[in-house]
Amino acid sequence: MRRLALGAAVIATLFLAGCGESEQVVVYKQGKYQGKPDTRAWDNAPLAAEQRGGKWTQGDRASWETDIKNRQLAQHEHKRIYQ
Amino acid sequence: MARMKFLCDAERCIECNGCVTACKNENEVPWGVNRRRVVTINDGVIGAEKSISVACMHCSDAPCMAVCPVDCFYRTDDGVVLHDKDLCIGCGYCFYACPFGAPQFPQAGAFGLRGKMDKCTFCAGGPEADRSEAEFKKYGRNRLAEGKLPACAEMCSTKALLGGDGDVIADIYRERVLRRGKGSEVWGWGTAYGPGKPGAQPPAGAKS
Repeated sequence: MRRLALGAAVIATLFLAGCGESEQVVVYKQGKYQGKPDTRAWDNAPLAAEQRGGKWTQGDRASWETDIKNRQLAQHEHKRIYQ
Repeated sequence: MARMKFLCDAERCIECNGCVTACKNENEVPWGVNRRRVVTINDGVIGAEKSISVACMHCSDAPCMAVCPVDCFYRTDDGVVLHDKDLCIGCGYCFYACPFGAPQFPQAGAFGLRGKMDKCTFCAGGPEADRSEAEFKKYGRNRLAEGKLPACAEMCSTKALLGGDGDVIADIYRERVLRRGKGSEVWGWGTAYGPGKPGAQPPAGAKS
């Protein structure tokens, strides 16, 4: 009789577990970015020379900024042409 | 620290739409979505016609970020405003909040279906592995991770559209205006740029 009651209790627990409701709604925190993290430009390796990308040391933000700044200055024709 | 911005010189823009084409081609933007467009005022009026190329301005205090109900926007370390398309619900709040009309919504489905928001990324991709196929399909090319500037600015034939660190491109623009002697008469010039050199007086006609 005890075994039967124990068995019934186990089966009832399993049945009830099937009725459990897991959280299905994403909880948003107001004002905080909730998406995936993004990598940073300077963490990539520079492209091969024939692809005419920049040249910087991978992971070094300062070298990437120096390189991209030189590229920005190329938009200035007074510097590009006359110097 | 770089703060990436666009600056369009209305004195130079010739409404060629090269920037629009460059953007479309570089990022393979679908039909009906215009990340960049050229706006012309006083069209056809001799001497008064001006054009300017407009896209997301990557605002320092972006209203789209403020109104997004699912907080899918973020700002990168170099000041580019991007968003996660996996999180976007296409509600359109950002479109109403943006003063530049930058957010775009693909409407390819039936019954006026509105897809996830798409906008200019400053050619910086999005929250996927840099230079990956997934990033290209969702957000377009990541030129910053290649050490390049946005395609629209680099393709501009008259160099009216400048892209890059706000300080650098503002310097280029100021030097240009001082050299050509035209443009500093606009309202706000003195506030934005001050005198040309330290201790010098603002250009004649400059309005603060």
